[in-house]
Order: sequence, then structure tokens, then C-alpha cells
Amino acid sequence: MGALLKCENVSLGYEGDVVTKNLNFTVSSGDYLCIVGENGSGKSTLIKALLGLKPPISGSISLCGEVGRNEIGYLPQQTMVQRDFPASVREIVLSGCMNRCGFRPFYNREEKMLAHDMMRRLEIEPLSKRCYRELSGGQQQRVLLARALCAARKMILLDEPVTGLDPKATNEMYELIDSLNKKDGITVIMVSHDMNAAVRYASHILHVGRKQLFFGTKEDYLTSKTGQAFLAVMGGDEDE
Amino acid sequence: MSDIFGTLHEYFRHDFIIYAMIVGLLIALCSSLLGVTLVMKRFSFIGDGLSHVAFGAMAVATITGVTNNMLIIMPVTICSAILLLRTGSNTKIKGDAAIAMISVGALALGYMLMNIAARSGSGRTTSNVTADVCSTLFGSTSILTLTLTDVWICVAMSAIVVAVFLVFYNKIFAVTFDENFAKATGVRSDMYNLLIAVVIAVIIVIAMKFVGSLLISALIIFPALSAMRVFKSFRSVIICSVVISLICAASGILISIIAETPVGATIVSADICVFFLFCLTSFAAKKVSR
Repeated sequence: MGALLKCENVSLGYEGDVVTKNLNFTVSSGDYLCIVGENGSGKSTLIKALLGLKPPISGSISLCGEVGRNEIGYLPQQTMVQRDFPASVREIVLSGCMNRCGFRPFYNREEKMLAHDMMRRLEIEPLSKRCYRELSGGQQQRVLLARALCAARKMILLDEPVTGLDPKATNEMYELIDSLNKKDGITVIMVSHDMNAAVRYASHILHVGRKQLFFGTKEDYLTSKTGQAFLAVMGGDEDE
Repeated sequence: MSDIFGTLHEYFRHDFIIYAMIVGLLIALCSSLLGVTLVMKRFSFIGDGLSHVAFGAMAVATITGVTNNMLIIMPVTICSAILLLRTGSNTKIKGDAAIAMISVGALALGYMLMNIAARSGSGRTTSNVTADVCSTLFGSTSILTLTLTDVWICVAMSAIVVAVFLVFYNKIFAVTFDENFAKATGVRSDMYNLLIAVVIAVIIVIAMKFVGSLLISALIIFPALSAMRVFKSFRSVIICSVVISLICAASGILISIIAETPVGATIVSADICVFFLFCLTSFAAKKVSR
């Protein structure tokens, strides 16, 4: 159970304006970390920083030995993806295997099989020839998750994975992520508005505000002041 | 009708027409490959900006009187491509403003240099600046004065462009569809962006002689936009835009020979017609499916 990701004194923000600061936490292999906090508290920015898309203002984020940048999967918020792009489901899912290729120009049989398996797992196999932009919101989300799963060999980062899903699809999505974590041993880092899901599935909770408000196991969070106060406000009601 | 075929038959006995046809088709092929990428990455303006830079570089090449003006145009355009890509992401001047600045600047400087060159009489004898500028901007009859060397250069360049595209096809798809994802999962997207920009620069330079610097963007973008109306996967869109581009180029060249219209403008007109045709098709298809 070695550490995979370490954040030390990290401050994040836009163009000099600090959104959140003093983030100190470690993610170990097999953890299921849920990042919670109010809107605008820098959760998505943190995910981007963890992915190396956005440098922190100060402090250091390091991936530790065991996991390489190309062993990470990422499910972006759907608004980040171009919705009118002409691409078939299969093409998109397969592109998740890109980070296994290195300088090899084409996908090999194994990678094609993997993409196929992921599509089957997410029940989007019948859609594989369909155009991404013609799918429903939930279907699109599954496609992006399948792509993320292809890329994730050790760790997966999810930014609001259930936005725009109906309750049934939401539950399925959470169960799926849970089984990834428990069965496949993939480390999960998830940003969520949904406190119910956070306390139900996660092993660790990171609560961010203007600074780091809490980091620790779920059990500790539930008994902490921060946790109880936040749960009283946010808990119970689903996000929108 | 037989008269037209007679005329064509007559023309195709000349080498220069065959050269023009070969070069035209090769340029059409190359320019259509990256169209989708350009459109989806919001790079269309970079393509436009680069063609103006190429015009400026051409003007400089003209007054310095270099024997092969490719030697100046190619490096300048490639450098600008890299520069534009860098400014697009992070600087004080916003990406689109930077592009507008560079492209209009290059256009103005190019025109001025050509005028000065003509007046002082240096460089080659350009008594008629207006015609000269017009032909650089809108394509010229120089397509009909191609030498065998020109054709071979074009063949070699096209072969490189096509090879690069095929080898990096999957990578180009990945960074076009979702650059952040590619980057986050360890794909070196900056490098591939650079590659795309350089390839676009090369395409623009080889196409400039043919359709002129103002019309190149049309050649790159129209086939892709048309194909995107009807086809749904990345691969089919690209194959379709290549086919459209080849057909339009071929018919454009033939029409321009028969009707004696300017080559570049005729090809672009053909592209526009196909675009509207595809718009109608997709509209009709939607009606039927509903």
C-alpha cells in the first residue's frame, strides 16, 4: 500500500488569485478518495492540478514511483468535451488506449480487445458505431467513462461523474466505480457534490474550502465538526 | 458536348495541363486531410493567418530575388505556425488577436514590399504589381507554367504530408477530440499540436502557388465542413472530405480550362456547391428520420 500521489503545501488559483491553499494529503494505492466542498472551492482546479494540466501556484504535487502519468484515467466534466465532434463511440473509447502506445502509431489487438471489453462492461457495445453527438447525456457519460477505464491502469480521476444522469444511471455509475476500486484495485479520486455517495463509497474524504478543511478517513470525517456541519447542510438532498 | 471533349482532349496532350492536374489533385488531397482537425480545434484562423504570412514571405522572396522562393517561404511559415500556437495558449495578447495582428501585418508588409520592389526596379521585373499581387493572393496561371521539378517537389511534399498523417492518425484524433484528456493521460499533446501546425504550414506553402494565399483556407476547410454534415465517425469524415476535395479540384481544373476562369476561385466555387449540397442532404435525412 504505497503512496501514489502526494500533495505538499499546494495552493491553487487563477492568474495569481488564490482559490484554495495549504493542501496536504497523500493518496495510497487502493484508496477511494472523495473530494468535497462548496461550489467555487477549487475542486475541479485541484483535479486539473493533480492531472498536470494546470500548475499549482505554489507547493508540489508528485506522482510517486509506482504510477506513471500514462497509467491514469480521467473522466472530465462533460462540458469540457466537444459535443458536436464527428466521432464514433468506438473511436472515442479506443482513444483511451493511446497512452499505452508510446511511439507505436497504431493500436494493437490487445488494446482493441480492451476497448471492446470496456464497452461491453458499460453496456454501450451496441452503440459502438453510433455517432457520439447523437447519444443521450447518460450514454455520452458512459462512453467517456469507458475511455477513462481504458486509460486507467492504476488510478482514475473523476470530475463530477454523475452530472446530468438520472437516479438509476447515477446509482449504476457509483456501483461501477465502486467495483473498479474494490475488484480491480484501481485507485479512485472523485470530485462530487453528492455527499450521500461520498460517505457511502469513499474510503477517504478531502474537504476543501478556502483552505484544506479536512483530510482523513471517512469514519473520522463523520465524527469531525467539519463533516457534521457540512453533512447537515448538504447531506440528504441530491445535487440538483 | 463533343466539342468540349475535343477541347479537353486537345489540352491534355500538353504536358503542362497534365502537370497542373497532378499538382492540383495532390494539393487537394493534402489540404483536405487536416480540415477536420483545424475546424474542431478552432484552428481555422491559424490556417488563414498562416496563408497571409506565406504571402508576406513570398513578397520578401520576390524582392530578394532568391532563385527558389520556397527556401524563404517554408521556414518563415513554419516558424509563424509554431509562434501562433504558442501565443494561442498563454500570453498577454489573446490568441485570436495575435493571429489577426500577424496575418494583417504580413499582408500589409508584403504588399508594400512588392510595391517598393517594383518601383526601384530591383528583383525581377515586376512592371505590373497589381497583377502580380492579385495572382499571389488568388492563385495564378503559374499553375500552368509548372516545370517537372515543381511537380516532383510537390509529389515529395505531399508524400511526406500523407505519410505523417497516416502514421500519427490516432494521435491526431486523440488530441483533436480531447486535448486535456490526452495530456492528462500521458500523451505528449504539445508535441502533436506542434506537428499539426507544422504540417498545416507545409500544406499552405505548397498550395499557395495553386489557389493563392487567400483561398487556401477554403480548400482546407470546405471539404471537412461538408463531410461533417453527413458522416458520423472521424474516419469516414476524413475519407469523405478527401474524396470531395479530389472531385472538386478535378472538376474545378477542367471547368477553368474550358471556361477560362481562374483556377483557384473555380475550385473553391465547386467546394461551396458541394457544401450546400451536403447541407441539403443532411437536412433531408433529418426530415426523413423524423
